[in-house]
This record gives sequence, structure tokens and C-alpha cells, in this order.
Amino acid sequence: MFKISPEPIAPAALQRTLADARAGACVTFEGWVRNRNEGQPVLSLEYEAYAPLAEKEGGRIVAEARERFALLSAVCVHRVGHLQLGEMAVWVGVTAEHRGAAFDACRYIIDEAKARVPIWKKEHYASGATAWINCAVRGEHAIP
Amino acid sequence: MITVNVQYFAILREQRGLAQERLATAAGTPEALYGELRARHGFTLPADRIRAAVNDEFVASSASLRDGDRVVFIPPVAGG
Repeated sequence: MFKISPEPIAPAALQRTLADARAGACVTFEGWVRNRNEGQPVLSLEYEAYAPLAEKEGGRIVAEARERFALLSAVCVHRVGHLQLGEMAVWVGVTAEHRGAAFDACRYIIDEAKARVPIWKKEHYASGATAWINCAVRGEHAIP
Repeated sequence: MITVNVQYFAILREQRGLAQERLATAAGTPEALYGELRARHGFTLPADRIRAAVNDEFVASSASLRDGDRVVFIPPVAGG
């Protein structure tokens, strides 16, 4: 399951949905809003998603993880809206019989989600400036 | 000419100044339509940094557009 959430993420409730007597491992990942990016002080982050396609593509990533790794369950929730420092932007939780599959699948889901799901973030800096991450260009050329 | 619905997100929404619009175009592909809109609205991202979606599914930038399609141009993503 992959969900876009305009409401704060509730990790305890999400983790309870993973409860399974067959599971010997549960790995969770929380992505938090931090106060610095590439040397610039960050005050807050705004997340925006193209929700219908984000949930479709996110669902495909979760399905891929279930095919590649011996999982019992996998869930990812990504927040949208204006988030303050310390708030949770994304939560991934997976269960498996054994820890290896659980660690690997959790990593796979967050890495693929960052690379593929249509979600954008805008950083608000202490200077008052803002920037959409990965969208900078110089003239006709992308800044790598 | 066909009529399509275009939805904008993130940097494109800000540069366009609105979240969606219905427009008539002679463009036959997402790539051609992005070129047309970029010229009109001064979008900073070049076409090679943009992916396209039609009716809530990713498509090639050379896919054929049809009358009534819902088109979304996807700037580089940055979730997590």
C-alpha cells in the first residue's frame, strides 16, 4: 500500500497494521524535515504531489518490493503540505520472517519512491528565499 | 486542433500562475505541447527534464495526444 496523506503521519497506528504472527522482523524508516540542505539553513518544507499517479507509481514500487524480497507486508505513506522542522515527511514499514529481506525492502522502497514518485518539495530558507528541489536551471541547461 | 486539460504542479504551477486549464492546441504530442506552453509562459525547465502523464499514467513524450486528454507535465521529482 502506498498513500499520499495531507494529515500528519501516525507511525504507531501504521505499525500496528503490520502485526503478523509469522513476522520475525519489522523495519521502519521515517524521513524527517531537517534544518539544513547543502549548507543552507532550512526553516520548513512544502510537499506537493500529483496524488493519483503518485499512489499508482508508489503502489507499483511496493509491489516490486514484494516480488523481489520475501516480505509479509509493506506500507509507505508520504505526507503533503507545509511541514515544519522535525515533522515526518515519509514513513515506510515492512515485515518479513527474517531481517535481511526487511532491511533490503525498506531501503528499496524509500530509494525508488524518492526517484520515481511524482512528489515535489520546496525549501523555505532562513534568508526568506525558496527553491523547488531538483528544478534549478542555468540558462537552457540543468544544474546537475 | 484538439482540446486538452492541462494540470500543473510545483514549479510549473507557480510559473503558470494556475493549477489547471483547458486549451485548444495543434500539438500532437506532450513534447510539442510542452514546447508551445514553455514558449508562451516562460517555463524555466527544458523539455528534457520533464516527464509527461496522460490520464493519470506516465507516457512517452512522443505519445499521441487525443481530444479530451488530461495532460500533466512532471518536473524532476523530489519526494522523501
